[in-house]
Order: sequence, then structure tokens, then C-alpha cells
Amino acid sequence: MVPEATFTSYYGRPVVKASPWALDVPAYLFLGGLAAGSSLLGAGADVTDRPTLRRSGRLGGLIGITLSLIALVHDLGRPARFAHMLRVAKPTSPMSVGTWILALYGPMAALAGAAELTCALPDRLGWLRRLLVIAGRPAGFAAAVTAPGVAAYTAVLLSDTATPSWHEAHRELPFVFVGSAASASGGLGMLSCSLADVTPARRIALAGAALELAAERRMETSMGLTAEPLHQGAAGRLMRASKALTLFGGAASLFAGRSRIAGAAAGSALLAGSACLRFGVFEAGQNSARDPKYTVVPQRERLARRERSARDA
Amino acid sequence: MSDGFIGGADPAGAAGWPEHPPRKGFFTDTSVCIGCKACEVACKEWNAIPEDGLELLGSSYDNTGALGASTWRHVAFIEQPRRPDPPDARKVQLGMPTFELPGAGRGESSRTDFRWLMASDVCKHCTNAACLDVCPTGALFRTEFGTVVVQEDICNGCGYCVPACPFGVIDRRVGDKGTKNVGLAQKCTLCYDRLSAGQTPACAQACPTQSIQFGDVDELRERAQVRAQTLRAAGVSEARLYGESPEDGVGGTGAMFLLLDEPEVYGLPPDPIVTTRDLPAMWKRAGLAAVALAAGAIASFLGGRP
Repeated sequence: MVPEATFTSYYGRPVVKASPWALDVPAYLFLGGLAAGSSLLGAGADVTDRPTLRRSGRLGGLIGITLSLIALVHDLGRPARFAHMLRVAKPTSPMSVGTWILALYGPMAALAGAAELTCALPDRLGWLRRLLVIAGRPAGFAAAVTAPGVAAYTAVLLSDTATPSWHEAHRELPFVFVGSAASASGGLGMLSCSLADVTPARRIALAGAALELAAERRMETSMGLTAEPLHQGAAGRLMRASKALTLFGGAASLFAGRSRIAGAAAGSALLAGSACLRFGVFEAGQNSARDPKYTVVPQRERLARRERSARDA
Repeated sequence: MSDGFIGGADPAGAAGWPEHPPRKGFFTDTSVCIGCKACEVACKEWNAIPEDGLELLGSSYDNTGALGASTWRHVAFIEQPRRPDPPDARKVQLGMPTFELPGAGRGESSRTDFRWLMASDVCKHCTNAACLDVCPTGALFRTEFGTVVVQEDICNGCGYCVPACPFGVIDRRVGDKGTKNVGLAQKCTLCYDRLSAGQTPACAQACPTQSIQFGDVDELRERAQVRAQTLRAAGVSEARLYGESPEDGVGGTGAMFLLLDEPEVYGLPPDPIVTTRDLPAMWKRAGLAAVALAAGAIASFLGGRP
């Protein structure tokens, strides 16, 4: 057993501050990843003539990005000023980069989704119906090109902070989030498309689940002490649930090609597992900021290592 | 645009100010702080900062708690038994009253069983400021004085600066709708309005012992180094500077401190590093992950129908 690391703090108070974000941000992490993966599936299904998967992918993108934007604007301290995000484009700010990625992705995903909903338009607007259907394909491709960026940048968003459990996860978190986006969108595909079209959704779901689980395992090793909050309290429960759901969903997806029930079970489990992962990582980070231990101890160790190597040099 | 990325000796110049006054900052000499909290009061009064808590916190004389959106100067109080002590000793020995003033003697052996650490904490106005780097609206900017200020008409309260700060300084103001600047990120401005009028920041103006010294950062660094040497020569071996060195993880701070113990005793991080330092590596990994997702998506469609 490694002895409890001793450290001093100011009355046990936090050294860094936890983000003021509540449920909106982890909800966006899940919805954004789901939308991105769905757009990829929708575009691929469009090219390979899989109509039910195309429909499910495009609608997943539209609904995911719409709910994402609602969550993000709601989270702001001054929601009316959300357009201020477009004042600058700063590569040092993952939120600025993400704003511009979403500005490119969002309208395209929405347009591709709208192309699937043209039946809702009255006959008078037949010209609009035809226009949307034609625009759907290039819009879907444009969304698919930016979708991987949407799925991956959110890991940098969390890691580029002083929150110990987010920052120290920076090496593997992009792979965890991308895997989670793939498994969630594959899950949605398995839930909502026909058996004939389900194969790509099955494959990306299984690959995503495997990547998410493997990358998460690797991430905890490289995080050192800051991996502890991933195992404690509500965050620990969410992470354990996520692992169980993703494992089950990945296994069930192997039968999704034969049975719609298996596909539905796999899909639901993977969607829930992806959501639990995002909320778990988020909560673990918040807790790691609140406890001074996760800031002070690793920094002290880093100082000691630096002093040792300076002495040895 | 990337003024936080490189930093260096001239943050205002790197931020794009063609001509600018010398960089301004604070040197807070905590060895002469008397814990009067005039700095807290002056700051709140000058900046019309709303009240943010009137409870007794049980942390010695510190009922302010920590820096935050509505606390831009925070005086910390630490009561310490005589060092060295076994690590599990928690009792504070106040000892018998003596006729000597504490600190009147010289060296470790003349110290009483007890000492009181008092320090006025403030935004560090880092050379490489993480809050500035991550702000997505450009509300946070580098002034011509080399300080970091939030523009309250631009900030939309995204709150990203809050977890980015390695010192836990900036926060998003909470309160009911009528509160000034509610929902926005708020922090010390180094009294930008007073500097622009050639005046001294309110806290430095109010400090009765000149624990808070205001001036040009270069000159303050020299003063700080001299003061630290003086104290160590007088037997205060624990005197150390914090934030003074441009070699530290934030490129040195505009507000530096002389501390009498380790930084974490005061609630300061022992080895702060601006999070932006790891950002290039993060973008590379994210790029790889994005490529992996794209490749995986393409591969899922290969091979025709089963």
C-alpha cells in the first residue's frame, strides 16, 4: 500500500477553482459527440445507399446539435451575449476553436437533417422540398468533414484547464471522447435503422466501445494520483456504470445484425454508457479541483523531481 | 492574438501595444502585513464590489475565505506552532506571555512557540495568463500596463477562465438579477481606472505598513530580492519569493510575494504552470483522435453488404 501522501493546505480549501458549469456542459459533451458520429454515419449511408441509416444519422446530427446549442447558450452567465463568441478566433482557446468548428458543422448538420423532414412541408412549398433534398447530400458531407473535429475538440476543452483530473488526462482523453462519440452514434444507429442497413452502425459502435474502454484504462495509468476522483463518489459510480454499460452494449452489438432486439438493447446501453462517461469525467474533474490534495501533491512531486534532476546534472 | 502563448519580458508589447508605459505590478511583503484588511475594504469600496458573505468561517481572522468574483483582495491568516514539529501535532501552544515583542529577537532560537502568518492575496496578473489564453470572446485582454483585465461589456459569462486559472483567482459572479455584473467573470483589474489617471491602486494606497508595494515590475523584483536577502541574513531562513522569477511556470507574475513559509500553507499552488504550455501537445492528440474517428467511420462502410 502506498502511504497517504501528506501535504499542507490553507484550511483544506481549494487551491484552484472548479468550473462554474453545471449539467449543461457534460450534457453537451454527450450530445455533441453523438451528433458528430451520427453525421459521419449519415453521410456514409447516403453514399452506400442505406436509407434508414442515412435518415437516422442525419436526424441524430440535427437533434444532437440543436440540443447542444441550447445547452451551451443556457450555460452562459449572459446567454443574450452568446454571439460574442464569434468576436475572435483564438487558437489558444479551445472554446474559441470549438465555437468556429460548431459554426461550420452546425448549419450543415441541420440542413442535412432538414432534408429528411421535408414531408412536414405543405404541398405549396414543393420547390423548397426539392431544394432541401438536393442540398441534403452536400450538406451531409460538409457536416461529416467537420464532425471528427466536433467529437475530439471537447477533450482539449476540458484538459486545457488547471483542473487536475482533466489536465492530467490530456494524453488519452481525446481518444476516450472520440470512442464514446462513435459508440453513442453507432448505438443510436442500431436503435433506429433496419437490419439491412445496420452493419456500419454495428461496426462503429463496437470499435468505439473498444477504443473508449482501452483508452480510458490507459488514461487512468498516466493520470497518477489525479485518477483517484474517477473512482470515488458520484463520479466513481458514473464511471463504473459507464464501463458496464459500454461492455454490455459492445458485446450485444455483435448480435445486432441478426436481431433488432439485440440491436435495441446494445444501442440503448451504449447511449447510456456514453452519457455516464461524460458526466463521470466531468464530475471527477470538478471534485479534483475542490480537493487541494490533487493540486498540491502532484506539484510538490514535480518540484522534487526537478530539484533532483538539477542536483544530478 | 497569441500574446499569452509566448509571454516573455514584455507582455504588453507582445499583446500588440506599440508604445506603452513600464509594466506595473505589486510586491506584497507579507512579513510586514498586520492583517488589518484595509486592502480588502479599499478594493471593495473603490470597485463597488457587492457583498459576498458575512459569515464567520472559523479560519482565524479570515472570514472572507478566498479570492473570487466579489473578493479581489483576500487576507489569509495562519496560526502556526513553533517549527519543527512532528507532523501530527495539531495543538497551538500560545505559551506564557512575555514582555518581548514577537520578532524583536534575532534568529530561530528567539522565536516564541507561536507565529502568525498574514498575507494579502490578489490576482497575479501572470506573464503567461491562462485566463487570458482561454477566453473565447476576447473579453480578457492585456492592458498597456501589462496587467490582465476583463471587459465587462464583452464577457458573456462562459466561465472558461475559472477552471483555467492555476491560482484559483477569477470566478463568475453569482447573485440575483439586480447585482452589478452578475453572471460575468470578475477579478482584480490592478485598478486600471486609477492607473490610467496616474494614481496608485486602492489596496496599495490604503495599506498602512506598505506591505503592498506598487510600482514598475522590474524595480519591484529588485526590491523583492533585496528584501528576501535581508530577511534571510537576519535569520528568517524561511523567507522566500513567490512569482518573482520569470523562469516559473507562468513566466513570472506582475503581483509577486515574499512568503514566510511554503506556498501551499497560504493556499497558493507550489508549482503553478500555465495550462497553455501543454496545449500544442493536446491539439496534436486531438487531431490524431479525429483522424482515427474519420478512418473508423470510413472503414465501417467498407466491404459492401454482408
